[in-house]
Amino acid sequence: MLRLHQASRRKGRRTVKHEIVEKNIGLMAVLVVIAVSFGGLAQIVPLFFSDETTKPIDGLKPLPALALEGRDIYIREGCNVCHTQMIRPFRAETERYGHYSLASEHVYEHPFLWGSKRTGPDLARVGGRYSDEWHRAHLYNPRDVVPESNMPEFPWLFDNVLDGKLTGKKMEALRSVGVPYTDADIAGARDAVKGKREIDAVVVYLQQLGTLLKQKR
Amino acid sequence: MSTFWSIWISVITIIVLGGCTWLLLANRNVELSDDQAHSGKAPTTGHVYDGIEEYDNPLPAWWFWSFLLSVIFSVVYLVLFPGMGNFKGVLNWTQENQWQAEMDKAEEQYGPIYAQFANTSVTELARDPIALKMGQRLFADNCAICHGIDANGSHGFPNLADKDWLFGGEPETIEATIAHGRQGAMPAWGEVIGEEGVVNVSEYVLSLSGEEHDAEQAAAGKAVFDATCTTCHGPDGKGMQALGAPNLTDKIWVYRDHRYPLRLSIRHSVRSGRNGMMPAQQDLLRPEKIRLLASYVFSLTADD
Repeated sequence: MLRLHQASRRKGRRTVKHEIVEKNIGLMAVLVVIAVSFGGLAQIVPLFFSDETTKPIDGLKPLPALALEGRDIYIREGCNVCHTQMIRPFRAETERYGHYSLASEHVYEHPFLWGSKRTGPDLARVGGRYSDEWHRAHLYNPRDVVPESNMPEFPWLFDNVLDGKLTGKKMEALRSVGVPYTDADIAGARDAVKGKREIDAVVVYLQQLGTLLKQKR
Repeated sequence: MSTFWSIWISVITIIVLGGCTWLLLANRNVELSDDQAHSGKAPTTGHVYDGIEEYDNPLPAWWFWSFLLSVIFSVVYLVLFPGMGNFKGVLNWTQENQWQAEMDKAEEQYGPIYAQFANTSVTELARDPIALKMGQRLFADNCAICHGIDANGSHGFPNLADKDWLFGGEPETIEATIAHGRQGAMPAWGEVIGEEGVVNVSEYVLSLSGEEHDAEQAAAGKAVFDATCTTCHGPDGKGMQALGAPNLTDKIWVYRDHRYPLRLSIRHSVRSGRNGMMPAQQDLLRPEKIRLLASYVFSLTADD
């Protein structure tokens, strides 16, 4: 009897409370938002204000106009789908790719191209590792230099020519989210890019990746 | 992290942990006795669907206890590892520490092996089978991507397994090439000597190595060659290792596209120039590894 009594008392109390939430969809929405935002408030929001994640590493500069176009071609061709740009702090990775990636190397990147799946190797520090000529040969037909490669060919990069019409606007957009492009950078963007082939832009972009941190393997 | 954010994180974490526990315990139900279940007097949730009612049963015990255990686990975790703002955790664990420990352990194992190579000359290492094995693996990891797994090179990337060297094949030179890189630049002559000059000088270059050529064009090309090419390739076309200018009198070609006749590759080199570049490895690889690589490359063509 006692147990039945307790149970029904609890039941009564709980039902009433449930009903308040279940029958007021606005209140429920607010409570749901509060419940799911706790993780973000504790894990993500503090990073917006942390020096480790917002201060650029020494020597970091916004991408020059041609490299910026190269980055957009890199995204257009989906390079980031198969190649990460994130060296994790494990010996197996630093022995192959060099110093592990730091957040401060990426503060001018919008969006990040860290990626989460490696079909090809990580490219976070590919800059300077191979010659420009190698990159051109490799992008034209990867199997010419790496016989077992399953990377697609990108021969059209050698034919397409950039006009640079939007390069300045891209820089302005990036400046509005905090990338310190100067007025001179933006004014000169079109001329710096106009007439260059897409392959040249991609190679310039690749050759500067991760070159600020050196560590011998 | 500032004190404010440290407190912010800690407070939210405690609220969430406490809130979860409270929600779990506050809604805990009591198990029904058999009596109640069979007598039809058991409490129901009050929901009625087409006359069907629902007993108000407690959470399954395994679910309730796994929830409680995960709360306890998170408390233990937050004591051991960093998570509560600036509190570093009693284990003092960081990603960097863990990486450093891995590196130190590897150094303990491999450091002495490398150390024994550091003071041995390239020539001696080239006779040491263990050093060569290591050199071969390093070559496969770092050099084969351009020079090929068998070091035979390919179009634009020099063959390291023959005795023809662009910058010299002495052990010290090979080591310097790997450490500091090389730049083998051939200027574009198309606009200077004109297309006719390009064609003629290419025939002359073919004649230097005894390839099939047009004698008349080659004779005309010799004048162009003497005026423009001898500064780097030498008056006899035998090249100059100080500049990395290839010997044009042998049958070895750095830039030869096998899909086309040889003369087209030569014309392309003369017309548009070439820019061969070996990237410097001294910032990428430790000196012992560079020495091992030099020994392996040297051993490919060493006489004994």
